[in-house]
Amino acid sequence: MGAYVLNGVEIPHDEEGYITDLGNWSKELAVLIAKDENIEMTDEHWEVVNFLREYYEEYQIAPAIRVLVKAIKKSLGKEKGNNKYLYELFPYGPAKQACKIAGLPKPTGCV
Amino acid sequence: MASEADKPEAEGAEGGGAEVTKKFLYVNRKAPYGTIYALESLEVVLIGAAFEQDVSLAFLDDGVYQLTKNQDTKGIGVKNFSPTYKALGDYEVTKLYVEKESLAERGLTEADLMEITYEDEDDDWAEKPSIRVVSREEMAEIMAEQDVILSF
Amino acid sequence: MLHTVNKSPFETSTLLSCLRHAREGDAVLLIEDGVYGALKGTTVAGEIWPRKGQLAFYVLGPDLEARGLDKSRLIDGFKVVDYGGFVDLVAEHDVTQSWL
Repeated sequence: MGAYVLNGVEIPHDEEGYITDLGNWSKELAVLIAKDENIEMTDEHWEVVNFLREYYEEYQIAPAIRVLVKAIKKSLGKEKGNNKYLYELFPYGPAKQACKIAGLPKPTGCV
Repeated sequence: MASEADKPEAEGAEGGGAEVTKKFLYVNRKAPYGTIYALESLEVVLIGAAFEQDVSLAFLDDGVYQLTKNQDTKGIGVKNFSPTYKALGDYEVTKLYVEKESLAERGLTEADLMEITYEDEDDDWAEKPSIRVVSREEMAEIMAEQDVILSF
Repeated sequence: MLHTVNKSPFETSTLLSCLRHAREGDAVLLIEDGVYGALKGTTVAGEIWPRKGQLAFYVLGPDLEARGLDKSRLIDGFKVVDYGGFVDLVAEHDVTQSWL
């Protein structure tokens, strides 16, 4: 257990860096978590992160990677809905890393 | 299931090396929030979906309460996981069998259940209902057709 | 198919639901608190009688003994098995369904 520190406020996360209270998320925090993951947030990153947050809002789960790929393909097209594109954005696993940045729990089915 | 290990796999006997798809049925017989069974079942289904088997879900007895509309858990401080059933289609879990007699015993009809759909890949992604209300006898038949039954 | 039931029929409808979904040729094994369903002279026994010709009924001996229930109190036709017999039943059937 540790915490991200944003503007002097501690925001606790679990041993893998996922924030424990989804209500603590903010765009500023996302940038901070991303930096921790060596990711500089671009519009393309935000597109995926926002997509994940919307998916979670609707279904109350973080999707598994193959579900994420399929869903992104459907809403953003096949140039973005593929593993290669998503791994370029999130080299350590789109589902895991993007979910962490999006302030969501680890994807269900992800071990 | 312990008995799975000793079943022979069809190792490309027909020259294709195709994986064997088994019929898995998850049987849900408990109401959603009083015990952990319903949520556990849903999580196992989502995790198990990665193995690309022929998965069906059965809802009977108090299990039918898992699918009722308008669940709102704010007041009891637990997560409302009912929206997650609507994600099952994304996981290619598209057969949710609900027992008619179990609904009727509880004064429920299909109209009391959430609308759960999937997009049919083989039919130009047409949106189709995942819930199939079946009689008790049909439910017994569905159970008899399975290779593996997991109960919750 | 082998069905196992581990709840008392006086507490839940699990046994009843099992009997309603079991098909001819299936086996039903009562274990843990489920063994109370194997006793004669109860209100539940009437649910089991009509299925005796179609289903094979078993009860787990150690669970009976633990509860101080003598074999003489079982509904006629129930066979008592030990843990080895339980394993044999699972092995004999393609699919096992645990009614919880």
